[in-house]
Amino acid sequence: MDANMSQNQSTDAATRGADPAEAAGAYSAAGVTISGLHKSFGDNEVLKGIDMEVAPGEVVCLIGASGSGKSTLLRCVNRLENPNAGTITVGEHEATHPDVNLDAMRRQIGMVFQQFNLFPHLSVLENCTITPRRVLGQSKAEAEAEALAQLDAVGLKHLSDRRPDQLSGGQQQRVAIARALTMKPQLMLFDEPTSALDPETVGDVLASMRKLAEAGMTMLVVTHEMGFAREVADRVVFMDQGLVVEEGPATEVIGNPQQPRTQDFLRRVLNPLAE
Amino acid sequence: MAMTTRDRARVSLGIQAGIFLAIVIVLAVMVDWSAIRNSFFSIENLGPMFPEIITVGLFNTVKYTVVGFIFGLLGGTLLALMRMSSFPVYRWVATGYIEFFRGIPAILVFIALGFGASLAFGVNLSTLQIAGSALAIVASAYIAETLRAGLQAVPKGQIEAARALGMPAWRAMVTIQIPQAFRIVLPPLTNEAILLTKDSSLIFVVGMAGGAAELTKMGRDGINIYQAGLTPLVIAGFCYLLLTVPLSLLARRMEHRTPRTGKK
Repeated sequence: MDANMSQNQSTDAATRGADPAEAAGAYSAAGVTISGLHKSFGDNEVLKGIDMEVAPGEVVCLIGASGSGKSTLLRCVNRLENPNAGTITVGEHEATHPDVNLDAMRRQIGMVFQQFNLFPHLSVLENCTITPRRVLGQSKAEAEAEALAQLDAVGLKHLSDRRPDQLSGGQQQRVAIARALTMKPQLMLFDEPTSALDPETVGDVLASMRKLAEAGMTMLVVTHEMGFAREVADRVVFMDQGLVVEEGPATEVIGNPQQPRTQDFLRRVLNPLAE
Repeated sequence: MAMTTRDRARVSLGIQAGIFLAIVIVLAVMVDWSAIRNSFFSIENLGPMFPEIITVGLFNTVKYTVVGFIFGLLGGTLLALMRMSSFPVYRWVATGYIEFFRGIPAILVFIALGFGASLAFGVNLSTLQIAGSALAIVASAYIAETLRAGLQAVPKGQIEAARALGMPAWRAMVTIQIPQAFRIVLPPLTNEAILLTKDSSLIFVVGMAGGAAELTKMGRDGINIYQAGLTPLVIAGFCYLLLTVPLSLLARRMEHRTPRTGKK
């Protein structure tokens, strides 16, 4: 096991004071560097050479039509998918290096999925304590204290002894966020976190994400929520057919897109009845 | 003249009831009830069958089945893991084993072990060893497929979530995948236990000493010992039901329990 990982994560966060984002927030944030990333599924080339830089503490929203490669890009960052070419660096981890300790790297990268993927055989609290206990070797009391604090932060401490299937979609997704945060990640990946939700529960999830952004977490968010992107993202990246077409501050990319493909996409997303 | 749906349902019910009544009447008139009673239900002469049919027969049936099931579970687990291995030779061996032993009658395995083992290797296996290993060999083929299906029924997103949290592959399997698969495979495994209970009777082809006799053997022997027709077999049959019906009820109860899968 990586020596960094065996000790309590919060002491790591306190001692690692390199980046400025951390001063503002509670998180020791890591940056991401992606260069020349290619990924194919069989003959289908999904990513055709992506270069991207995410600064520590920055919130970047990835937008684009389905099939544009946004989710695949996200899944390459924590190596749920193996890229065919290119390099990815997350903090001190070279994600694409052949000798990378994937488990150690993933402990510092939280991920939130479209389908929540809570563990259905465990209670809400156990969902949040199982990995800190089994992987980081925390004591039950230590893990539960941290889990309850994270559940409290997303407003769900009172549901900690429920089963996931007794919760609404929005509640499950907030538990998924709390679960990821119990590992004290330095980067959070969100893969369409609100796409599977009933509309009335979307707001609570976005509020939890905004809170996290304000606390200084580095966030890479695949989303169709243009309102969230405009309001919370430091930068928006528009992807189409496996390439980055346009990127920049949210107000510019969403408010005043320069590329015809971005304009076309945003017109259809923001005003679906227009045509 | 059009019939309404309710009319049709009534006519259908009437026809079914009529057929049933006709069969009952024909049976009641034609069947020689006293012959049936003498052949199958002469229970007055069977006092001496008890308590041995329970203390020996039922006990041995349970013993052979439990041994076969436990080793079948171990073998099945191994085969299921081999079947999903990234090493192709393991997959071929497991697939070949499963297809072979699911495809031949279990009685052949009993004969092969009961007679073949002593001929081929000069070893003399006890009745428990023959019955237990024959059942285990057959059961592991079926159980392997059940376990593999159960493991693969756990949504992929569950393992991805566990790996994304930083769990090593074996930890994700032990902590996340297997507990969920366990709930999925409990009903089919219970059915497998019922099948094994009945298949334990196949040991009769090998023959066994009195103390090792299981239910079917004792039932067959009883036909010769007591003047009661086939009644001892009927008693043995009821003893099997004592074992299989509770298992069956258990399996049904577990099937009706709400499934807990990762899908919304």
